[in-house]
Amino acid sequence: MKVITITKTGEAEAVDPGFAELVQQKSGKELRQCYHCLKCSAGCPISFAMDWTPNQIIRMVQLGLKERVLSSSTIWLCASCETCFTRCPNEVDLPAIMDTLKEIAIRNGIKSQQAVIQIFHRVFLNCIREYGRLHELSLLASLKVLTLNLFEDMGLGMKMFNKGKINLLPTRIENIHELDAIFRAFGESKRSKI
Amino acid sequence: MKLSYFPGCSLDGTAKEYGLSTRAACQRLGLELMEIPDWNCCGASSGHSTSYLLGHALAARNLILAEKQGLDLVVSCAACFARFKRTDIVLKKNAELDKKMEEIMGTSYKGDFKIRHLLDVICNVVGLDTIRKKVSNPLKGLRLVPYYGCVIVRPHEVTQFDNEEQPQAMDNLVEAIGAECLSWSDKTECCGASLSLTRVDIVKKLAEVIVDEGKEAGAQAIITACPLCQANLDMRYGEDGLPVFYFTELLGLALGIDGKTWLDRHITDPLPLLSSLNLMKGE
Repeated sequence: MKVITITKTGEAEAVDPGFAELVQQKSGKELRQCYHCLKCSAGCPISFAMDWTPNQIIRMVQLGLKERVLSSSTIWLCASCETCFTRCPNEVDLPAIMDTLKEIAIRNGIKSQQAVIQIFHRVFLNCIREYGRLHELSLLASLKVLTLNLFEDMGLGMKMFNKGKINLLPTRIENIHELDAIFRAFGESKRSKI
Repeated sequence: MKLSYFPGCSLDGTAKEYGLSTRAACQRLGLELMEIPDWNCCGASSGHSTSYLLGHALAARNLILAEKQGLDLVVSCAACFARFKRTDIVLKKNAELDKKMEEIMGTSYKGDFKIRHLLDVICNVVGLDTIRKKVSNPLKGLRLVPYYGCVIVRPHEVTQFDNEEQPQAMDNLVEAIGAECLSWSDKTECCGASLSLTRVDIVKKLAEVIVDEGKEAGAQAIITACPLCQANLDMRYGEDGLPVFYFTELLGLALGIDGKTWLDRHITDPLPLLSSLNLMKGE
């Protein structure tokens, strides 16, 4: 496991002492009780691929290391599987906190190495805004064009098509204006600074 | 019995076999599924991953439409189910969200109805005794490991269904339809969910661990209750994987329904296994 250093050699990293409070307030979840027993990180199915383990993210939020948290891969790789929250002795709702951190990162235009996941979420929501339901082929086509990853899964895609698992045309729900109103009220375009 | 029904987006796409077998099995069990008119995507997982209020608002529209039907709601997809359970709690507490949704939808939300996953309805509302009586094609000789995945059972304060670490509902259902349920260690492991489209490497690794555990336990196939679990285990393992069934497919087969229309949609073909055990004898 990597060690969290508070300062890098020769340069002090910005520390925001109000960051933990902000995350608590936005998520509605208490995170100060975390005493780093590491049950979350031990049980996390995806921690092997993360740059910081789940409890390290909580620790860095507690320390106010805002930039490092918001540009981490971990917040994007969390699959919301709820294993950590289920096992946490202090009921720290890590998946909800990870969601809040992603939201803060998006609304402040902060990038991470997991740009493809960020693009995926944007393309997914654009599809919902357009049709009201997910049209898997539209999602895949946009994702492939935007990430310039045209050929991965082509063989699997053909198999799925042959098995009748892919609808060529999307269907739009009738009252799509209600979805538009929802996106106007709560969507990404409503930006808020940290 | 009539229920309000939310199929979710994938049941008309990658999980068509889940949608078809759900309809067929429920009809045989006397459950009338009234699809929520004009339902929309529940927002999982991009909605809640990017905006707390957007995630809940997308789910809330469906709950408001369901409430108008005046019935309890049954949800087939694990992710949709988990989002609805969470949103039901939030919508009753968050005045900003509730007020805005009332403005958009023209009705307020009381949430005076039950939200249940289909597995819960089959096991605890219809009941295993009824199912045992209706089984005409017991799935003798079929060795299964039950794979619950994540959010059908956890966290319990949200789902209010079964045990978080050692769930039993699907185990009991497997026995009720005449198959053999094996114990194994990966019942509630995560398959990587929607990372399947963005980090294939991670999902392949998780799928390999889970399917290999199933093989190790001696299973001939895996039984699931979630579209993403099924898709990831069926599609991301590679060549010599195990067939991965939705519980409704095997339930339907055991109830004597000809399952060819859904069983031939799998990537890992389950028909050789079912035929070798002489189980393909529905009408």
